[in-house]
Amino acid sequence: MSEFKRRRFLKTSAAVAAGAAAGPLIWVKDASAQWSNTPEKGAKLRVLRWKRFVQGDEDQYLANVKKFSEKYGVEVRVDAEGWEDVRPKAAVAANTGAGPDIILSTNDDANLYPEKLLDVTDVCTYLGKKYGGFYPVCDPYLRPNGKNWIGVPLGVAGVCMVYRESHMKAAGFSTFPRDTDGFLKLCKALKEKGTPPGFALGNATGDGNTFCQWLVWAFGGKLVDANNKVVIDSPETIRALEYAKELYPTFVPGTLAWLDPNNNKAFLDEQISLTNNGISIYYAAKTSKDPKVGALAADINHSNMPIGPAGKPTEFQLFFNQMIFKHSKYPKAAKEFIRFMMEEEQFGPWMQASIGYVTQPLVAYEKNPIWTVDPKHTPYRDAMKIMRPIGYAGRLGYASAGAAADFIVVNMIAEAASGSKTPAEAAERAQKRAERYYKV
Amino acid sequence: MRVAAALRRCGARARCRQRTYAAATEGDVRASVSRLLDNRNALGLLFLLPAGALLLLFLTYPLGLGVWLGFTDTKIGRGGAWVGLENYEFLFGDAVARLSLFNTLFYTVVASVIKFALGLWLALLLNKHVPFKTVVRAVVLLPFIVPTALSAIAFWWIYDAQFSVISWTLTELGLIDRYIDFLGDPWNARLSTIAANIWRGVPFVAICLLAGLQTISPSYYEAASLDGATPWQQFRYVTLPLLTPIIAVVMTFSVLFTFTDFQLIYVLTRGGPLNATHLMATLSFQRAIPGGALGEGAALAVSMVPFLLAAILFSYFGLQRRAWQQGGAD
Repeated sequence: MSEFKRRRFLKTSAAVAAGAAAGPLIWVKDASAQWSNTPEKGAKLRVLRWKRFVQGDEDQYLANVKKFSEKYGVEVRVDAEGWEDVRPKAAVAANTGAGPDIILSTNDDANLYPEKLLDVTDVCTYLGKKYGGFYPVCDPYLRPNGKNWIGVPLGVAGVCMVYRESHMKAAGFSTFPRDTDGFLKLCKALKEKGTPPGFALGNATGDGNTFCQWLVWAFGGKLVDANNKVVIDSPETIRALEYAKELYPTFVPGTLAWLDPNNNKAFLDEQISLTNNGISIYYAAKTSKDPKVGALAADINHSNMPIGPAGKPTEFQLFFNQMIFKHSKYPKAAKEFIRFMMEEEQFGPWMQASIGYVTQPLVAYEKNPIWTVDPKHTPYRDAMKIMRPIGYAGRLGYASAGAAADFIVVNMIAEAASGSKTPAEAAERAQKRAERYYKV
Repeated sequence: MRVAAALRRCGARARCRQRTYAAATEGDVRASVSRLLDNRNALGLLFLLPAGALLLLFLTYPLGLGVWLGFTDTKIGRGGAWVGLENYEFLFGDAVARLSLFNTLFYTVVASVIKFALGLWLALLLNKHVPFKTVVRAVVLLPFIVPTALSAIAFWWIYDAQFSVISWTLTELGLIDRYIDFLGDPWNARLSTIAANIWRGVPFVAICLLAGLQTISPSYYEAASLDGATPWQQFRYVTLPLLTPIIAVVMTFSVLFTFTDFQLIYVLTRGGPLNATHLMATLSFQRAIPGGALGEGAALAVSMVPFLLAAILFSYFGLQRRAWQQGGAD
């Protein structure tokens, strides 16, 4: 009896000690995941990443980098630029064959210059095996031929519906509507109560795309089919545009010119009560020194985007990748760096320090405590599980990148919603514009 | 010259001739170099060389490369093949590109006309003896000196649909009941960006025209007023004609800057709403860099050149000195 108890005690105390030392290792890792790689001697790495959206992200990332440098004796220099500026720099590095060894960039960048990127199949196979696999959406982004990985997924900047709980209740809803019909009713009711919603319909690369792509997909529309044939002009799209036309009058004025920061500003100033955004609004409210803004935090809540006639979640999220360039002089060190940063000892604390701003790409990290330490974080946990890539349903490449950068879908929704074009005209125009990018 | 002098000094003695021959070749070289250095054209060319090299490297080469890129389908991340006029054909048929052309022309014409009118008026005012003349002139120049990106951000807040200080003031005064949607409505956005551009550009025009006004000799005005000319007549028959060369130069620069404006639009609207404020410069950037289509963006940028050339030629003919300005007959 006592022996049993002692063994039990020893096991639990060991587990607690291990947990305290190495962070919450609550999932069983695949013991067969093998990794053997030695960085080159005297290696020096240059890493270019997008500038942090929350301070904790940068602090923990640099702490992890320091750990790597100390463990392997590899000097690492990390530069950070605004995320929209990283994309052209990555393109220039690819074009000129010089520049940073590792670049953390966004969306379908890797599909613009796949032949300039180092094959990282070994890293991804190892990580996938160890941590329950990457989400399926990583394939079109970074494993375009289904076999070779051209980059390692970092995660997504999750976007959810952000709303004021008290205003929603005052509008007559006890929980956030899960379908598009309910969502429209909610927006109308919010507007009537003087607490309107606001969604970016301007050239906002983040919020504009997450809202507009979701809307089109929720009604079954899509830009291209699996053969990259443009099919945006369809009855489903027109239904989505008509829905947008009903939604638009409920928005605050000015959304046609909203860029990415506008909805954050408006929400924190209580001008709107509902928008789509990353967790940064909640974070800003929680950490604000202004007591009025700080009080908002208790009233903010999140929900995944509603489901439309398509019958399943149809979200778009901002995808983050990690690419190693072939021109790197230290490919082994670079691979080791990425592998190291994605390991649970580094990635887990990093997710927590980023207070959930980045949603994980590997299934096992769903269990990271950041998602449950505050129940309001949980909707962001599944961002990558339920997302679709922006070039849905076709292949990613120059065409999808060009069509996205030209805001074809966002403009279409803005035109139809504001009434400057009828839904039919807007869809037709989007079709013509997209066909130029997807021409054979 | 030196060879001849050496010959003269040594006479016709053979030794001297030999020496002078050696000296001649060396002197020849030295002579030609010194002749070169005395020759104004050659010297001028030599002085131009450093600046010319810089211009060649940083202006001609990129311009040439841009023109060439416009004829290819280069994408970011890979080279392209020659496609001839395909990019231009597409842009001609693309509704958004045509819209950007209209926007650019509208923006340039309206902003330049107003900048000229306001600038000239401001210059005329500043030309008079006002107290604290120097301070006022320095202050007037401020909007032009402030970095564009900073003033653009300030205007972004002034034009915000929710937080605009203009809307707030007008609401407090009871003149309006809803906040003005400066940037959300296409035509409002166009006019708002033009207003921001005018605010930024008027000082440049004003100060340059002021400098021109200062060169007009007051004796002309005296003569005119002696002849009984009204202030308007003085302005029309004395000021304007003498100012024309300056106006030509200033407005050329102003039109050039306005036509190729990028920073203001990019910060304020990124070309929205509904592409209503997309200028050719911003659209070309959007197509080339985030969109990845370098060839198409280059073609769009290059298609600005004919308009710019037209503006320059227009001012060139305005710049020509007319005979009557120097007292002769026209």
